[in-house]
Amino acid sequence: MIVIPRRAATAFVGTVVVVLLLFGFKTPDQSIGATTGGSAGVVADGGTTSGSTGSSGGTGPSDTGASGAGSATAPTATPAPSAASGSTQVTGPTVSTRYGPVQVRVTVSQGKVTEITALQLPSGGRSGRISEVAEPILHDEALSAQSAQIDSVSGATYTSGAYEQSLQAALDQAGI
Amino acid sequence: MGTVVSLELRDQGIPADAVDAVFGHLHEVDARFSTYRPDSEVSRLGRGALEPSAASAEVRHVLAVCEQLRRDSGGAFDAGRAGRDGRLDPSGYVKGWAVEEAAWRLDDAGAHDYLINAGGDVVARGEASPGHRWRVGIRHPDQPDKVAAVFAVRDGAVATSGTYERGDHIVDPRTGQPARGLRSLTVVGPRLGFVDAYATAAFVMGLAGLAWVATHPGHEALAITDDDRLVWTEGLARYLVSGTGAATALG
Repeated sequence: MIVIPRRAATAFVGTVVVVLLLFGFKTPDQSIGATTGGSAGVVADGGTTSGSTGSSGGTGPSDTGASGAGSATAPTATPAPSAASGSTQVTGPTVSTRYGPVQVRVTVSQGKVTEITALQLPSGGRSGRISEVAEPILHDEALSAQSAQIDSVSGATYTSGAYEQSLQAALDQAGI
Repeated sequence: MGTVVSLELRDQGIPADAVDAVFGHLHEVDARFSTYRPDSEVSRLGRGALEPSAASAEVRHVLAVCEQLRRDSGGAFDAGRAGRDGRLDPSGYVKGWAVEEAAWRLDDAGAHDYLINAGGDVVARGEASPGHRWRVGIRHPDQPDKVAAVFAVRDGAVATSGTYERGDHIVDPRTGQPARGLRSLTVVGPRLGFVDAYATAAFVMGLAGLAWVATHPGHEALAITDDDRLVWTEGLARYLVSGTGAATALG
């Protein structure tokens, strides 16, 4: 499935979120520990500086020409603008994941996102754990992206994509 | 099921065709390399239905690089044993390589400033805004609303290996047992293919993997240990915006 928000018209600036059936998805067979470790001591260094064995470098050619993306399906956003003291709330589409549905609502005030609420997240058992992990960090990320503090997160997850997808559609509906 | 790829493009006036080409390329790579498609070249190679000499140039190229990585890592990266049932799975290199290759479509279209995040593996080109590098947070392994560190990157790539909630534990191909000692390991360097593969190999090596990463010019690493320490290579300082052991809140 490819989902390209409507911003990709002829030219755009912004974010395109695409869900690709890419490179598989390993079966989660080990859950994250429920440890609450408080990241204690700091050990700097531990490294040696650059040596020799460089195998880095060139990547070869890929001559498969791009034949364009497949079906680009616009997300079926269900706008639900409801004015509330100068702010607008827009609800993104429900996006299915293997863990369950994900749906977010954004509150926009004077052109800025002031709140992002997860209306639906996977719940129960393992899925619940996943959503608990996935939601807050993206909430902060999406907000902080506006203030240009964090642009992206390394080590992100599958569920986060659906969150982004619903969020992006909601933002598009809100005209952000 | 799949990898989520997001693109953040800061250039004005880049044609949508270029964006389509990026994702089109990723689909083509997936068709050749996916271990989840029985008809992919890699799947056929893995079960002996295709001779390596009959594979496409791309597949042969990737297999050659994977062999180079296997030797370089002393077997800690081993595409020949990475898959289910110990079958061929070059994904540890292919994903990053494919994203880099796809990004060239944007370069060709005149884009300078963009960020691609493919399932937590990041290619950051140019700057987020004039004079400001891209800020890439490294997820904290068990505090969901936190990042353990923030890197500032210009024209670089960042990849993290670890368990996180997806829980796909990383097996040490040398022993067949799950790798122990680290909760996550992040590598930063020039090209995502190697950055991603180094992160996979170094995670398996444990703390020794940090020093191994640093033997590769232009590459640095940060690890979070099982006992919640942050450990990093000396040269990482130029990327590290924050991350001093205490979890750093986003925003």
